[in-house]
Amino acid sequence: MRRSKAKLGADMALALIGMCFVAPLLWLLLAAVDPQAGYQAKVPSTPSIANFRAVLTPELLLQPLANSFLLSAGTAVVNLLAAVLAAYPLSRYQSRFNKPFMHTVLFGTSLPVTAIMVPVYGLFVQLQLLDSMAATVFFMATTTLPMAIWMTKNFMDSVPLELEEAAWMDGASAMTALRTIVMPLMRQGLGVVFIFVFIQAWGNFFVPFILLLSPAKQPAAVSIFSFFGQHGAIAYGQLAAFSILYSLPVLLLYALVSRGMGNSFALSGAIKG
Amino acid sequence: MTIRRSLRLLPVVPSILLLLVFLVAPVLWSFHASFTDASLSGKAAKDPQWVGTDNYVRMFSDDSFPAAAWLTVLFVVASAVLGQNILGLVIALLMTRSRRAVSQLVGTAVVAAWVLPEIVAAFAAYAYFNRDGTLNQMTGFLGAPGVDWLYSFPLVAIILANTWRGTAFSMLVYRAALADVPRDITESALMDGARGWQRLVFITLPLIRSSIATNLMLITLQTLAVFTLIWVMTAGGPANASTTLPVLAYQEAFKFGDIGYGTAVASVLILLGMVFGAIYVRLLREQRG
Repeated sequence: MRRSKAKLGADMALALIGMCFVAPLLWLLLAAVDPQAGYQAKVPSTPSIANFRAVLTPELLLQPLANSFLLSAGTAVVNLLAAVLAAYPLSRYQSRFNKPFMHTVLFGTSLPVTAIMVPVYGLFVQLQLLDSMAATVFFMATTTLPMAIWMTKNFMDSVPLELEEAAWMDGASAMTALRTIVMPLMRQGLGVVFIFVFIQAWGNFFVPFILLLSPAKQPAAVSIFSFFGQHGAIAYGQLAAFSILYSLPVLLLYALVSRGMGNSFALSGAIKG
Repeated sequence: MTIRRSLRLLPVVPSILLLLVFLVAPVLWSFHASFTDASLSGKAAKDPQWVGTDNYVRMFSDDSFPAAAWLTVLFVVASAVLGQNILGLVIALLMTRSRRAVSQLVGTAVVAAWVLPEIVAAFAAYAYFNRDGTLNQMTGFLGAPGVDWLYSFPLVAIILANTWRGTAFSMLVYRAALADVPRDITESALMDGARGWQRLVFITLPLIRSSIATNLMLITLQTLAVFTLIWVMTAGGPANASTTLPVLAYQEAFKFGDIGYGTAVASVLILLGMVFGAIYVRLLREQRG
């Protein structure tokens, strides 16, 4: 009896907290389908998809989304390649180098990326890398690389060594063993690392905001900010619709990974720069 | 033999190169530039001069840096150490004794604020705290007069927004930690007649203390680096009332074109991050024995 009473109390307290967390999102959902939206959260008198139609144009949404995809996928590929290569010797060979390196990597995860942006801008100016998507990809990849190495090594550690030793006996090189035996066995883990980096890059505003200048190269995170500055004060509904379309890919990817991986992904994904 | 051994480490080289070029070099460049008068345009842009500790002296002599440092401390303590940390723990504790469906639903709501791209979360928070926004609608429903949160209480608004945005992380950390606490320990405490909060303070919290320490380190580092949320909601204003250190560094470097002073502020932030990072690494090493 006391148990069920306590349960009800916990349920009600949780529900109240949950409502507080949902409240700021209500406006986003309601305004998106309201052509006359303001900053008030209200049920639209004439709900329509007019806002979505208005923002679904090549220069407003499609080009920036394509840029976001290029930047995020590029960042994830660079990350995965570098992290898999680095993780292999760290996971497979005992060396005095391993522990200090992993501690340095861990240390690297804690550098505040926003603080580095002023010097990075200066560096990019001197190297004439400003407004280069490739350079931006490599920089973004480096900011998530410590975390990616850390995760990849942990996934690789759980692949048993015996299978590889058999391949070594047959004369396969370490790199062949990595490609044909280890990577296929840890493909789920590699998928998690890829998606984790992709989500971070997709949501990143500050880095492309500083490093990419021409609108034709800017990702959705930056173009939505300029849109907000120019039209946001009038076109609230379109801003909300834009936000939802831009958020959907990462929400879907997160749902995909968290279902398969429980909380472990969510935890490691949290260390945001 | 030793050559073959070092060759094995060859695959680590690409990662080391990336880290050196894009992480170590900017940090070193930041320390160097903070002793110069480097600027975005003009003569000092092409040929910055060494000015010694001028930027650091200026930092402590004019008002904006100490004010921003104090606001940063308030922001981190209120939104991360107190807000996210305690709320995350409370949610995780409530979830251990609530119905599965309820805790799943609430968990999704909390995580949603955290998974959204930061710029979208910032827009949602901006609209929420707006004069016409949802918060005033709700308090107005209870009869309270409308308040322009972003203008009159900008610090409160960004603290609440960052708590909303980041609590999911602490919640996930504490859910994982509480799942490892053996049930019979809390149960036997129940038999001894220990009251609820005593059980929490003397049994549960000491058992998960390493998770608490790790969590505090990580959310402090994350909150120290928050820029987008503040930039969209208040842009540091009004009159610098919500200018934290990352916002100050950005403004000095890009709005006023003073790269030298901007990198000096950034260098302080980087050093702060390094101190926390070093403590964090030590903490994890001790935990692993």
